[in-house]
Amino acid sequence: MTLSEVRDLLEADVVIGGEKLDQEVHTAFGADLMSDVLAFARSGCLLITGLANLQSVRTAYALDIAAIVICRGKALADSFLETAKELGIPILWTPLIMFESCGRLYQAGITGCVREILIEEKTRAKI
Amino acid sequence: MPRYEYSRYLQGRYEVHGRDFVDAGLVSSQIKKSLKDKGIHEDIIRRIAIIAFEAEVNIISYATFGTISYYLLPDSIVFEAIDEGQGIDDIEQALEEGFSTADDSIREMGFGAGMGLSNIKKSSDVFEITSEIGRGTCVKSIIMLNGKE
Repeated sequence: MTLSEVRDLLEADVVIGGEKLDQEVHTAFGADLMSDVLAFARSGCLLITGLANLQSVRTAYALDIAAIVICRGKALADSFLETAKELGIPILWTPLIMFESCGRLYQAGITGCVREILIEEKTRAKI
Repeated sequence: MPRYEYSRYLQGRYEVHGRDFVDAGLVSSQIKKSLKDKGIHEDIIRRIAIIAFEAEVNIISYATFGTISYYLLPDSIVFEAIDEGQGIDDIEQALEEGFSTADDSIREMGFGAGMGLSNIKKSSDVFEITSEIGRGTCVKSIIMLNGKE
């Protein structure tokens, strides 16, 4: 799926990276916790998050994430947009909540960049 | 590996200040840009960027001051994060996924899930950590290039 198709599905505005709308994405990761994104997301995926700060952009840059979808209509600070532009990370903005955004993308064939987190048996036994 | 053997390969050194939450991730971005210019393989760069990011967040969250350095050797990249701070009481516990002593200011930034040190370890070929309570912590990672240059 191209970023322009993502935009249409999510009724999103392309705030940064309008020139990269032909870029293909096949997988996604959704989280507001950048600790988990850094630990579990994969390069080339789409990041769906409600965290619109410098850390989400820099996390996306560290991992070679294809684009960030800011969900829940979160306000975008100038510093956030400037950093995204500087680091070349496309930003799509949607008023949809994360669940709705992920659901629409999944229905259209986008899969999780990892399906599950591998938990050791001994850890699982404690839960 | 003793430091004198690789100190001449120093590529970059960055200062990181405690509680400087806005800058978290900046050193990671700077190291990544610099390694891209040197033509290092993207998989290697991504691992270094993750290690640097986690190390920065740790210094900002738990130390007063720290330095992050990286060295580009012919066969590997050596990464060091040395801080002056509270230190870690139980390193084994700190390495457990999910264990965290983060406060709200760290969590608001999107961190503090207790994944940091384990993620640094996971991203490294060689991982060493030493810490002294009330003095600080030293994290060292080595990533082998394995011909991926």
